[in-house]
Amino acid sequence: MSIRQAMLALLDTGPMHGYQLRQEFEGRTGGTWPLNIGQAYTTLQRLQRDGLVEPLPSTSSDEPERFQLTDSGRTEARAWWHAPVERGAPARDELAIKLALAVTLPGVDVEAIVRVQRTESMRALQDYTRLKRRGPDRTAGGVPDGSGHESPDTGGSDLAWTLVLDALIFQTEAEMRWLDHVEGRVLAARTTARRTPPSTGQTSAAAATGSHATPTPTPTPRKARR
Amino acid sequence: MSTVAVEPSPAAPREPTAPAALLRLDRATRVHGSGPTAVRALDAVSLEVAPGELVAVMGPSGSGKSTLLNLAGCLDTATDGAVVVGGVDVASLDARGRAALRRRHVGFVFQDFNLVPALTAAENVSLPRELDGLGARAARREALDALETVGLADLADRFPDDMSGGQRQRVAIARALVGPRRLLLADEPTGALDSVSGESVMRVLRDRVDAGAAGLLVTHDARHAAWADRTVFLKDGRLVDSTGRPAQADDLLAAAPRTPQEGER
Repeated sequence: MSIRQAMLALLDTGPMHGYQLRQEFEGRTGGTWPLNIGQAYTTLQRLQRDGLVEPLPSTSSDEPERFQLTDSGRTEARAWWHAPVERGAPARDELAIKLALAVTLPGVDVEAIVRVQRTESMRALQDYTRLKRRGPDRTAGGVPDGSGHESPDTGGSDLAWTLVLDALIFQTEAEMRWLDHVEGRVLAARTTARRTPPSTGQTSAAAATGSHATPTPTPTPRKARR
Repeated sequence: MSTVAVEPSPAAPREPTAPAALLRLDRATRVHGSGPTAVRALDAVSLEVAPGELVAVMGPSGSGKSTLLNLAGCLDTATDGAVVVGGVDVASLDARGRAALRRRHVGFVFQDFNLVPALTAAENVSLPRELDGLGARAARREALDALETVGLADLADRFPDDMSGGQRQRVAIARALVGPRRLLLADEPTGALDSVSGESVMRVLRDRVDAGAAGLLVTHDARHAAWADRTVFLKDGRLVDSTGRPAQADDLLAAAPRTPQEGER
């Protein structure tokens, strides 16, 4: 959906052919979401089918076919700017699923999962930040995607590049904050469970923390050892 | 949807040519009180910060972050293990010796800037040098140089109240690293700043570290910790994780918290 809307928005600035659209899209998003040329043309075909774009009468036979917006295409392109992005149903989030299962299944060390994940997220954050410090490197093609793919030189889109990178940074930060929250909640649940007498507390302790596979005598709270 | 994959972190093994650490903690421990009520505020933490290196410390409240900064800044002494600043074991010094060591090597940056409101930016920055015994004129010259390194040369004669939060914090960074000081201890330096000013402060802090300072940064903000070369995580006084170099794996194993199964029952 976003590719379709992005293409309409780009075509609102003037007619383009598929390759040009791809170049403009990647350049303006820091090469973060590479678009293959097939995808660009497939999207154009669909837009044409839906009556939103039309081919421009070609001037010479060796030029690739260029497309322009129809009136309804223009309306839709402009409507996109005015409407908020629809969130839709939340995407399946492996980490959320993993932790939801970890706190409900017996014998899983939730804190270890949180720790490992947090360190990994921090590494990602450091990598993004290192890129940001270095600034847009046009010869390396903006945000590298690991495939050796190079985004086109677009100049003037440094701000866009930085903001897309910031979006990734803030998302990763949010994940880390959520992990802290999970850790805090799990610890709080365990503390509550420990305060409850064993005869009634063990089942809930196991359910709440997921870290104790079998009912155990209440362990000494960590603080008390200090 | 996103296919972003960033380049892997540059491997940074401990090379023999690496500069000597300006700060080294070797199983540093700080216990408050004694007997059954003793609290291990910091528990066998090992850590090194070399010139050109910025290390971030994260962890929940009460995890030992402030204790770590106080030990590194020679404001407090370890009850066990060693804290070595500029090659000198802090435990070998008396209070006067620690103060001298601190003046020679250490600069602090705090969340609320701690600038003297009645002094201009340049006077704030030259103050520590004057206290070091430098003449006023030489101290001012150094202060102006330091302000230049944080991009504030043209605001030298402005008072803190006439500066933005981000600018004030940059003055504080200049003050922390004026003269010979190369160990920068920053306690939530971006805590009072909005996201854009916070980033500009991190950029300056990073610049100063790249220019040769050694930085230890305590922060709650993962986005700002990410400006560091590595982040260590503290919990209950222990170093439980690090994004750092493989050489630290041993430290981590040594510091891993005991599980309840080990003699807890």
